[in-house]
This record gives sequence, C-alpha cells and structure tokens, in this order.
Amino acid sequence: MTPNEPNAGGRASDRGKESGKAAQTTPSEPGKGRPDSEDETPDAGKQQESHTREDLVVSTDTTKTFDRAVGTRQGMFGVAGTGDVSGFGGLSAPVVVPGASSRPYGGWFDETADVLTERLAADGLEQAVESVVVDKGEITFHVRREDVTAVMSVLRNDEKLRFEFLSSVSGVNYPADQGREMHVVYQLLSMSYNRRIRVEVTAPEADPHVPTVVPLYPTADWQEREAWDMFGIIFDGHPSLTRILMPDDWPGHPQRKDYPLGGIPVEYKGATVPPPDQRRSYN
Amino acid sequence: MATNNNEDFYASPSETSQGRVFNVSGQDWESITDDLGDSIQERIVVNMGPQHPSTHGVLRLILELEGETVTEARCGIGYLHTGIEKNMEYRSWVQGVTFCTRMDYLSPFFNEATYVLGTERLLGIEDDIPEKAQVMRVLLMELNRISSHLVAVATGGMEIGALTVMTMGFRERELVLDLFETITGLRMNHAFIRPGGVAQDLPAGALDDIRAFIALMKKRLPEYADMCNANPIFRGRLVDVGHLDLAGCLALGITGPPLRATGYGWDLRKSEPYSGYETYDFDVQTWDTADAYGRFRVRLNEMQESLRIVEQAADRLANLEGAPVMVADKKIAWPSQLAIGSDGMGNSLDHIRHIMGESMESLIHHFKLVTEGFRVPAGQAYVPVESPRGEMGAHVVSDGGTRPFRVHFRDPSFVNLQGTSVMAEGGMISDIVVAIASIDPVMGGVDR
Repeated sequence: MTPNEPNAGGRASDRGKESGKAAQTTPSEPGKGRPDSEDETPDAGKQQESHTREDLVVSTDTTKTFDRAVGTRQGMFGVAGTGDVSGFGGLSAPVVVPGASSRPYGGWFDETADVLTERLAADGLEQAVESVVVDKGEITFHVRREDVTAVMSVLRNDEKLRFEFLSSVSGVNYPADQGREMHVVYQLLSMSYNRRIRVEVTAPEADPHVPTVVPLYPTADWQEREAWDMFGIIFDGHPSLTRILMPDDWPGHPQRKDYPLGGIPVEYKGATVPPPDQRRSYN
Repeated sequence: MATNNNEDFYASPSETSQGRVFNVSGQDWESITDDLGDSIQERIVVNMGPQHPSTHGVLRLILELEGETVTEARCGIGYLHTGIEKNMEYRSWVQGVTFCTRMDYLSPFFNEATYVLGTERLLGIEDDIPEKAQVMRVLLMELNRISSHLVAVATGGMEIGALTVMTMGFRERELVLDLFETITGLRMNHAFIRPGGVAQDLPAGALDDIRAFIALMKKRLPEYADMCNANPIFRGRLVDVGHLDLAGCLALGITGPPLRATGYGWDLRKSEPYSGYETYDFDVQTWDTADAYGRFRVRLNEMQESLRIVEQAADRLANLEGAPVMVADKKIAWPSQLAIGSDGMGNSLDHIRHIMGESMESLIHHFKLVTEGFRVPAGQAYVPVESPRGEMGAHVVSDGGTRPFRVHFRDPSFVNLQGTSVMAEGGMISDIVVAIASIDPVMGGVDR
C-alpha cells in the first residue's frame, strides 16, 4: 500500500477511496438490509436489543483500511552522521498508522456509525466525522475539532448510542503529522449496550485549541487539565484550565515529543552512561 | 519557555526614581480582598496536607470552612508525579512493564496487566497467550485485589482511629506479599506480567503456600466483618458519609467500589472479560447505600470473591504443571529464563551456557531481542481491566517501532478523586477523611 502524504490532500484521497469501496460491500446482516450510503436512514428494525458476549467480539476481517503516513523513520540506531557503521543509517521508511476503513466495519460498528451519521445529518453536521478507522477490533471516529461537542452530545444522549461514560481523555503528539500535530483521544463507554468506541480530534500545534467536553462529561475536568499540562492543548470553555500534575510555574509541556526527557550522565568506574534520551538506541 | 523579568508571575517590576523595584506583595491581591468585604472575617481556608497522616498519601486538600463544616473542598495533586508515561517512551516495550508497575503501588499487577493487554492487542497475539500464563495473571491479580482492599480497609480504619483494623489489615497483607515474593521474587514492583505471558513459571511449592493462605484467609476474613460491620462507632463514622449516587458516579467517571456501592453491579471482569475471567465462578458485589459504609462492605465482600477465584486458579495451576507461560513466538518471547543461583536470582546458568558456549545464533537472538526488542505494529489500543479501585486502562499507541510511542494510563484513583468535592462539601471536616478513604486513592497512581 502506498502511504499518502501527511496533509489534507492525503486525507481527501482516503475519503475518496472509502466512498468508492463502500458501494460494493455486502450487508453484514443478511435479510435485514443495510444502507449503501452514509446519508441514508438506517432501518429501525436493525437495532439489536440483546447484548451477549458475542456482540462484543467484532471480526474486522472484511474491513479494508487505507493506511496514513504520519512521519518518517530515519536509520535504525538513532544515530545521525558518523558513528553508525552498520550500513542501516541510510534507511528511510514512512511511519504509517491505520487509516480510514471502508464498509462494512463489522458487528455493531456499522449500526453505531449509521445512527451517528443519521443524527448528525439531522443537525446539518454531515462533515463532522472525517473518517472512521476500524483497527484491531476497536473503532475510532476522527471528528472535526469544531464539532466535537456536537458529536459527543449525540453519542451521549441518543438512546441508540448511549455512550454515557467517558473513560479517558489523553493527548498524543505526532510532531510530523503536519497540521494535525496535537491529537486528543477520548475513550467512550456505553454501559447500557456494553460497547466501547474512541473519538479522536486533532489540532495544529500553532493553534492547539479544542472545545471542552466538561459540560457533557464532568469527568473530563481533570483529564483535560492533564492534557493541557502535558501537551499544551487548550480546551476552550474549560472551567479552570490550570496545570494539575506539574508545578504551577513550570515552563513548557513535558510530554510533547520535542520536550527532552532530561537526566544526567552517570559515571561508573570511568565509563559514562548518557541519559536515556541521548543513548544510542533502536528506533 | 522564555520568561523575562517583565513577565514574572510573582514579582511585577515597576520603575522608580531609585531604580527598578520588584513588587512581590502580590499583584491583584488587594482588589480580591476588597471584593470579599466583610465576609472575609468568617471565612477560613485551611490547607490540609500534602504531608498529613489522614489524607491517604501526599494529597493536598484546600478546604473552606464555616465552623467545622466544609463549604468548599478542592484537591491539589501532583506531589508524586514521576513522569512514568514520558519515561516509557524511551524504553523498549518489555521495559515499559518495569515502569508502569510502579504507578499504583498497591495494585502493581493491574498496571502491568492493562499495559500488557494493550500491547498484546497491538501485536495481534491476544489468542496466543498460553493458558498457564492467563491463569497465573488471574491468580496474581486476585491476590493483589485482596492485598489492596486490605490496605484500603486498614488505612481507612487508621484514619478514623481504628488502629486494630489497621494492624489486622497489614498483618494479612504481609501474607499476600509473601506469596508475591515466592512467585515473582519481589514484594512490590514486580514487572512480572510481560507482553506474551508472564516472566517466570510458578516455583516449586508455591501452590502449597497458596493453599495454606486460602485456608488461613477463610478464617481471617470473617474477623473484619465481626470487628466492623455492626460496630456502632464504626457505623457511626461511615454510614451516610461521602454520599454519591449512581448519576454522580457516571458523570464524574467514578468506577470500582464507589460505583458498585450505589447498587449498580458494573465490573469489567463480567462485562468485558479478559484473561479468561468468563470461565471463573464469582459474583459481582454491590451495596445499595452509596456511602462510605457501603464501599467498605463491597470491599469486604470482594475479598471473599477474590479468594474464590484464587482457589479456582490454584486448582487449574495444579493441572498445568510444566505448561508454557510465554507465547510460543520466539520473536516476542523473552529469550532468557531466570533461576535462583548461589548469589540470588539471575539469568539461568543453563541459558548462559547455551548462548555463550553452544549456539552463536541463540546469542544473536538473545542480544537482538534484549537490546532492540520487538517491533509492535502501528496503531492504538485501549484494554481496561477492573482494578481494586475501578477501571484501569492504558491507551497504548505504537508507531511501529521498538518503543511505545505514547502510553496514557487512565488511573481510577485519578478520576475517582474528582468526587472529593461532591462527597465532602456540606459535611464535617472529620468526614472528609472518611470520604477520601472510601474512594481509596493511591497517590502513586493519581500522579503517575
């Protein structure tokens, strides 16, 4: 597979492929009918009422994913210039993360995606979900950051979705994912249906603003403060976005990739061991 | 970030005829006190902790009081922040276990388990973990649940002055730690659950020790119930204190015993079974009072259930003697085995002999896997487990390299501690100690 350029154009071509593939897939539940396009209203009779262990295990074998490059891996030993005599120093490989998936996603994933799409379309937010990634039995909705509150409130309130519990909010920094350096990842849980989904929003490093979800999920309060503290992501509308783990006057945001790990060289019997982030290591 | 003199938070400069003067008396403090008016006379703000024997660790509480009634309570955390998540990004996937086991130091196996389960999902080897490794994980996690709940009950008792409960709790916990030492070599910080299985096989005689422990605990656990359940002083301190109902728990993301004490039997071991929990016979324990007393009873009953699971796991292990404890894939499985030598535990001499004297290829394999480690396919996973304190989850992100790209731990102590204000405000200052003890936060997990 050819990784796309890590920019908006790359994502656009992903979406094109996705919609191209969607038309030729087969219904996941024969006899019950499945909408061919995302805009169509799903059949109400398709909703599952019982929730057994089998519902949880989603086979994603039929799902095709289109991978997306978020950076480049240089060499093999983390050494630049001289010092690397292995011959691997010239290696250059793209760092590829799983990209948008095509229908069918498998199991209840399709049902959840259908309901979400339908509800968002009713609110005029068809474009809110940029892509859906199904990977390793987990589903991730990549959402436009300006629509995260709207999408989350649909996910929480709709009786067919009922993701009433926000498990976790975490920041991830992809320094080479241009224009999308800062990611915020929400792990949602529906206790009513015993389902888990993930919502991911991105923001450029130059403008690291994401709307807060604290009014919807009060549990996000401290977790968003931690993401601000560690990544410098600004959650607009948060009641008191202050540092939580680091001291109040700490400069910088320690879990960004460009923030050094720190540490001092340790000398032992004449030899010196450099700090972990300066050691020669595989990458 | 560059900070120059003009941007100092705490000492704004002003130019005078005597030169530049830094005003450290504090910014807009006077306008704040003016706004408060006369009410400031009756308003007392007390800082409790972080070094305080009743705040359950290095937790700082900022309490606004009216007499002895708490009108506002806020938590200050971060005193035990050690940057474990950041550190893990600079070590191999296997070394990561050594870091995350140190977060919530009362339930190390759960930290390891959620990280390892996430890593295994990314590796796509979830179905290849040997049965014996699964059973050993369950055994260790349930023993750990007993030891963690014992500390919760013990320190909770100590904080309200019930010192006998504390000595009893730590007495039994020591027995569990002895078992850990037998099985893993360490009392705490085990780094025993590894991607692909567990670090070591069960040592000879460990099953007998476990059986003896089960027999003893069947006598000892009822002692806690006899001591506390109907004790009028104990009930007087705990009943109706730290009330938080189901809606409050869901909104604040609170899981574990506080959630189950509202009567909702949410337990990930039942709802999303991992490591084969669906094959064990146990019941989810609930209580219906949504207060500190209910949480205490839930913990007490959960210890009984954990003992049931330990018993079943021990029976299974008896039939699994000699079975593998590490995944068969040699590209992932740790190459060396540990053994007890004359100078303590170290690499097995048989293994050293093999790689140093018999097989060059084995030496290369050992070297590559230990120094470089294995690569984990790019992607992200979140596999939560039911820790003694609630949903413990690791959001594991890989970029396809030999080191984690990012690991975020959703620690239940951190999230549950957000309930402090709701549980404490409007109550007595002495009840805030009980309310926090009933959440049972472990600051190592809160601050990570």
